[in-house]
Amino acid sequence: MSEYRMPSLGADMEAGILAEWLVKPGDTVHRGQSVAMVETDKGTIEVEFFDEGEVDVLLVEPGTRVPVGDPIALFHHEGEEPSTELPGAKAAPAQGGEPLPPPPYAEPTRTSTAPPPPGETNGLRASPAARRRARELGVDIQQLRGTNGVVSLAEVEEAARLQTEQAGKPTEGGQPAGGKPEAGKPQEGKDVKRLAMRRAIAAAMGRSKREIPHYYLETTCDLTDTLAYLETFNRNRSVRERVLPAALFLRATALAVREVPETNGFWTDDAFRPADHVHLGVAIALREGGLIAPAIHDADRLSAGALMAALQDLIGRVRGGTVRSSEISDATITVTNLGDQGVDKVYGVIYPPQVALVGFGRVVERPWVIDGNVVARRVVDISLSGDHRASDGHRGGVFLNAVARLLREPQRLMETIQ
Amino acid sequence: MNRDEIRNAVLQALGDVAPEADLNALRPDRPLRDQLDIDSFDYLTFLTHLDEQLGVNVPESDYDRIATLDACVDYLADARAEKPGGTQEGSAPDDTRPTAE
Repeated sequence: MSEYRMPSLGADMEAGILAEWLVKPGDTVHRGQSVAMVETDKGTIEVEFFDEGEVDVLLVEPGTRVPVGDPIALFHHEGEEPSTELPGAKAAPAQGGEPLPPPPYAEPTRTSTAPPPPGETNGLRASPAARRRARELGVDIQQLRGTNGVVSLAEVEEAARLQTEQAGKPTEGGQPAGGKPEAGKPQEGKDVKRLAMRRAIAAAMGRSKREIPHYYLETTCDLTDTLAYLETFNRNRSVRERVLPAALFLRATALAVREVPETNGFWTDDAFRPADHVHLGVAIALREGGLIAPAIHDADRLSAGALMAALQDLIGRVRGGTVRSSEISDATITVTNLGDQGVDKVYGVIYPPQVALVGFGRVVERPWVIDGNVVARRVVDISLSGDHRASDGHRGGVFLNAVARLLREPQRLMETIQ
Repeated sequence: MNRDEIRNAVLQALGDVAPEADLNALRPDRPLRDQLDIDSFDYLTFLTHLDEQLGVNVPESDYDRIATLDACVDYLADARAEKPGGTQEGSAPDDTRPTAE
């Protein structure tokens, strides 16, 4: 018999609200399968199973706030006896369960217990699609009747249509009709979420700056030929097939990590533990403020085209609120690409327990010397924020130069990988 | 499809990528991306919607010709006028370029 516990979705997470079960007792579950939707400071996340077995008991009702590490379900492996009840308190750690990240950092102040925002079910169940739609349309799912205890997408849309008729103005676009009692509610929910996210960022970044002795390196890379190559590649491709420079930045970073493994892994228990895979975190700004940095798994094995597709998928899901737990919690190094809309350089703050963050600035045209002549070239400033406990400036420099060298090899970056 | 309808389709596509934006406050003669804080990934999504709605596949080399709302509507109207079957998917990039700004 084994316990499945509320996973930690980041060093700063204390608890999550179990929003919805995606499995039921008797279901066979596999490694990587999503078993529940959990509301966190970072949004709704699908938490995955890290074992193989059969679900016996769901210990937690949807809507419950559960501290990280508390059991939320019982399951058994094939050949074992089914479990029927919760074992004695503080039992052994979940056998073969998720390898939990280090214990949550003890913050002196606790974040407040955020009530479930409007749009969440209370007793009634709803599919993720129905809940997303409800949030978009400003429909309160708790006010709906449901069929056999389940709220459907169609019911949400019908409720929105009725609301619209009553209010005499469209709800699409998130502008609830003024004067109605519920008018302020979606906004309050948003404010609660925004506050929770700011606190999560504050906890992680505060911890980083207290604990991690950062060093910073920077180099400038002439991208002119690489961008010309990319423009030729994109010329006859439809919008959906185009590859952006950001995908090349990720590809070059992932390949450079293989050359300098000291940049890839975690600092835990006073030692650096290199990762044996490259899960590349990508800092994604949310339109309503805040950011999260989910991971693209095994990024070093993806071509630039595949990375582009992965990025688009990830950005879409981050904004739609369906990021998977493993993506949130297990990046081994992170990239931030702040240059897209503005600045020339970025010196990033490392996400603990990671040990490096790579920053790309804006691609700009600058005077550049080639063979003794000053010419205009398109260049990008690349920075490395390194954890001095895990690596030194020399190796950091080797890494950063590897990123720049790889970025000047567009054919290699674009090639398909078997 | 007339210019007003094209304009509405553009505004709809912008609303999809920047749902929190007040499109009524948009200055039609100022760059769209600056006003709406649209990054390069959002921009690709915007272009994908234009292609789906209007059948115009804007090549990268023409990005600076659709920088503002007014310019974008002009460009799309011209591109559609030049190609009678303009609603088909994945239109060829080079032969649809408008001749006038």
